[in-house]
Amino acid sequence: MEPSQRPLSPHLQIYRPQLTSIMSISHRAAGVALAVGALFLVCWITAAASGPAAFAALRGFIGSWFGYLILFGWSVALFYHLCNGIRHLFWDAGYGFELKTAYASGYAVLVGTAVLTVLAWILGLGRV
Amino acid sequence: MELRSTLGRVRGLGSAKEGVTHWWAQRTTALALVPLSLWFAASVIGLAGADYTAVVAWFKSPFNATLMILLIGATFYHAVLGLQVVLEDYVHHEGRKLASILIVKGLAGALGLLAVVAILKLAFGS
Repeated sequence: MEPSQRPLSPHLQIYRPQLTSIMSISHRAAGVALAVGALFLVCWITAAASGPAAFAALRGFIGSWFGYLILFGWSVALFYHLCNGIRHLFWDAGYGFELKTAYASGYAVLVGTAVLTVLAWILGLGRV
Repeated sequence: MELRSTLGRVRGLGSAKEGVTHWWAQRTTALALVPLSLWFAASVIGLAGADYTAVVAWFKSPFNATLMILLIGATFYHAVLGLQVVLEDYVHHEGRKLASILIVKGLAGALGLLAVVAILKLAFGS
């Protein structure tokens, strides 16, 4: 059967985004980003297991501005996916579906992400 | 009485009797990753600026090595389940969909194993 050519719903060009829908697609995007981040984690562990030279090379890369940018993006994605994931687990258990609660938990996730990210970087940079 | 349509029966389509497995595995790994990723973030902060010797010494602790292996296992399992859904949603060509999911699963298995071998080498190496 030929797929129909009628417009799909939601029609993205005229669809007004809400906090809930933006946070939903961001959760997925952060998850994909973290899957890529897992590759860096494997690189880090493998470099450490390969010896001082390989480890020093990776450490030089992480210490560059580009390395810090990746690390910062990784930390934001991790804390966002973590906080919003806990929100999803509550939904899976059947709680928090009321519109007011869904928005309140959404804002709580954004605040939690910001607090955890800032805290992690203050603590981390204090040790470098 | 047979409620399935003739076409549905002929195509052999219907419940595969394992629909909830993927969903449940995604949630259980998510639950495991809540404490594991918080521990990992704290560990990375603790290792910030650490040199090679300090990092190797960190892996020598059985506690750290075990939690790292658990983190790798849960992360890659959770990531594969998530990426599979993303590919199923956005790749509409049946062959390309199957191929991309197989590649993701194969890569995740190989890289996860590489990480575990590297952790064990660090933990048991001299």
